[in-house]
Amino acid sequence: MTSLWPQIEPLLAQVVKPARYIGGELGAQRPMHGAGRVSWLLVYPDTYEIGLPNQGLQILYEILNERGDAAAERAYAPWTDMEAQMRAAKVPLFSLESHLPAGEFHVVAFNLSAELTYTNVLNLIDLAGVPVRVADRSSDHPLVVAGGHCAFNPEPLADFVDAFVLGDGEEVVGEINEVVAAWQAAGTGDRSQLLRALSRVPGVYVPWCYEVAYDEGRLVAVTPRFSDTPDRVEKRVVADLGAWPYPRNQLVPLIEVVHDRLNVEVFRGCTRGCRFCQAGMITRPVRERPAEQVADMVRDGLARTGYDEVALTSLSTADFSGIEHTVAQIVDDPRSNGQVSVSLPSLRVDAFTVGLAAEIQKVRRTGLTFAPEGGTWRMRRVINKLIREEDLYSAVEGAFSQGWRRVKLYFLIGLPTETDEDVLGIVEMARTCVDIGRRYQRGVTVTASVGGFVPKPHTPFQWFGQDTAEELRRKVVLLRDAASRVRGLTLRWHDPKASVAEGIVSRGDRRIGAVVEHVWRAGGTFQEWSEHFDLSLWETALAACGLDVDDVVHRDRTEGERLPWDHLSAGLHHDFLWQDWVDALAEAPVEDCRWTPCYDCGACTGIGVEHVVASAAAPAGGSQGTGQDLSTGGAVPVRFLETPPMAVP
Amino acid sequence: MVRVRARFAKLGKVRWTSHRDVARMWERALRRAGLPVAYSGGFSPHPLLSFGLALPTGCESTAEYVDVVLDPERSRTGGETWWTADPGEEPGSWVTRMAAGFPEHLTPLLPGGVDVVAARSVTADMPSLQQAVTSCTWRIDVPGDPAPVVVAVETALAAGSLLVSRERKGRTEVDDLRPSLLAMRVVPDAAGERATLTVETATRPRGVRPAEIASVLGVSFGTACRTHQWIERDGSQEEPVVTRPALGAELLGCAS
Repeated sequence: MTSLWPQIEPLLAQVVKPARYIGGELGAQRPMHGAGRVSWLLVYPDTYEIGLPNQGLQILYEILNERGDAAAERAYAPWTDMEAQMRAAKVPLFSLESHLPAGEFHVVAFNLSAELTYTNVLNLIDLAGVPVRVADRSSDHPLVVAGGHCAFNPEPLADFVDAFVLGDGEEVVGEINEVVAAWQAAGTGDRSQLLRALSRVPGVYVPWCYEVAYDEGRLVAVTPRFSDTPDRVEKRVVADLGAWPYPRNQLVPLIEVVHDRLNVEVFRGCTRGCRFCQAGMITRPVRERPAEQVADMVRDGLARTGYDEVALTSLSTADFSGIEHTVAQIVDDPRSNGQVSVSLPSLRVDAFTVGLAAEIQKVRRTGLTFAPEGGTWRMRRVINKLIREEDLYSAVEGAFSQGWRRVKLYFLIGLPTETDEDVLGIVEMARTCVDIGRRYQRGVTVTASVGGFVPKPHTPFQWFGQDTAEELRRKVVLLRDAASRVRGLTLRWHDPKASVAEGIVSRGDRRIGAVVEHVWRAGGTFQEWSEHFDLSLWETALAACGLDVDDVVHRDRTEGERLPWDHLSAGLHHDFLWQDWVDALAEAPVEDCRWTPCYDCGACTGIGVEHVVASAAAPAGGSQGTGQDLSTGGAVPVRFLETPPMAVP
Repeated sequence: MVRVRARFAKLGKVRWTSHRDVARMWERALRRAGLPVAYSGGFSPHPLLSFGLALPTGCESTAEYVDVVLDPERSRTGGETWWTADPGEEPGSWVTRMAAGFPEHLTPLLPGGVDVVAARSVTADMPSLQQAVTSCTWRIDVPGDPAPVVVAVETALAAGSLLVSRERKGRTEVDDLRPSLLAMRVVPDAAGERATLTVETATRPRGVRPAEIASVLGVSFGTACRTHQWIERDGSQEEPVVTRPALGAELLGCAS
């Protein structure tokens, strides 16, 4: 393989942000290619700035490059200006480390984090010079694989991706490498043998090995074509996060990217049980990283990278056992000289405590973000996000009283059973927050950020008919009118049309593949970007494929209906999910099973993995799983220190 | 507070990063070294670094500069390192010794292509780089037949004004570049395949980018490298930090 750099460099003067294409990050590897090594190109199907921080990709990058029989490089989607230059100059997709052509790698692996990147996946396969359809590939072409949260409904990409990985990739990536190496060594060149061997690896789903049957426009069966193909593919779970302290060498980019800081994953999985949240459902059980390992990874990571900010990541970081101690340790470390700030994404107000608030504000005070998700207590019972208004208000009061000026609130609209009263409850909550802020200072701002809910596979809401764009739009207008009367409140909303496109793919079956291809061929790349998103491309594509948006997106599914991902398992029992859906409609909440008895969702028992949680008690103030009366919510002791924040030098 | 002025190069692939990117690279490298960099006050403290003229993205340089403000109060924190002050060492001695260690110790902490070539201490009353630098020298490589380039340079130098237009805040502004072109010479290569332009440009009223020079000459350039920044003092020119000639010559043939 030869470097394409001499052909690439002349293009860079013509494009914006040319450093997206040069590599050279701290932590970038110099992979050894050659005989006996399977070469992997790990691709994030969005821009460099969005893709680089992705932790999943970085973890696999290190694990593969530590192996003696593998070599891995990275690529990201070139922005449209660069793509045009590349296509004109006949430069294919290339890797960043050695600037090698993508088509010459043995495996091209995609991270699937968002449905609207699927057209980019097709575009990148094409830009690699590889046929986009599985059926058109020969043994000369790379194996195309994909993993990540969206792989839990892979059907819309089933015609384009050779194999999908369900669940944690740390272990299975090596198993796939071995299967590919053995196939190469056998030298038959028969691609179907490789696909069948992969389909026998636990956690790997090879769509080509399954026949799909429809009846009267409904999916009725997904059947293995071979006797050694499993009927059902179970996800992979890493039992002990402590055994995988990755990334050890987090990449430090040369240009500014999103989440541009040290990121340390403190636990994986979440059992708060928010019913809209796919991540919380498919990543169970909860596996905490040992606190000492977190401390080591933070200390070593800061020293190695030179970052002055560290994020402790998870789906709900305030739930990490001993979070206050962990944060204090980082902030008070003399080596950080009072300059290292800690950010805690996914803060729950009910677990946001005295000590935590005091610690995170010592260094730098950015905005505080909370996610009540629903505007009324009734709505929050439906979605099982049991944050009481009092919890939120006392957290917000604490924040404003200690000098914070900006608070951001996340909400969803288009939730099951939602009424206009629930929608307007969002403005009521935000208005109260502004009023609280005014008691302490002038010029406070509260931003309410509102997204349109898209039901996701493997969640209790997978049966729910998504709101139409018109209905979401009507609710946005309701909110906008109400919010316009509140000074200090800024309302932001997600484009309802984008929610529809996301909905087309989210729960789509294999027939949606033709829609994705149609949109891509019509030029619809970068659909995550508002300047490129175009719903009409999706509508045209649906019509061309004889599909109806109401049927695909807005229709309630029935209990007995075959769902496109029923042959794939995230560990959750069908009965549990259905019961949780019924409970949601009855406004009946469930507790967090980390600290209360098991309600048998299936995640632990099916896989033989337990929750790994250091603390037997829920964090102070948790309103779920603390044994309190859920019908009224709990008393939540959120208070703040009365002293002003520490002076910064 | 004490101040260290470092001279560094920006060569190779890293030339495609921006001026702001370089500032972040420096901030991280200084933190990795654990150096006691001084911070601004306020709710969002930031390290006190100041850079001279911005280098346009895509250009190389062997003459970039940064001033770093350090806190002598913390000269003995952080354990035994290359920069730790000796017990009782005067700040003046400490900063001189520390500056001397910059090339060796900071270069490995910066991305490949960003090399610290020299550093010295500067006193607090020295004007900032932004104020002090009055001109710089560029070496611009122009591939192709040198003959028309030679003619274009002669024409440009003879011209009374060289107007260029640029978009600024949605408006088109027309500037005269001629007063900013202090000197310009062109050397064709022996094979007749390229020309090398050496141009000295003033920094005021505004800096001039190599792309603008190429555009007034009507040529397209391959690479451009800033080889010097100059401070005018008592009628003569000097560099903010002088490098040993041997060191400059090592730098990928970019030095003039």
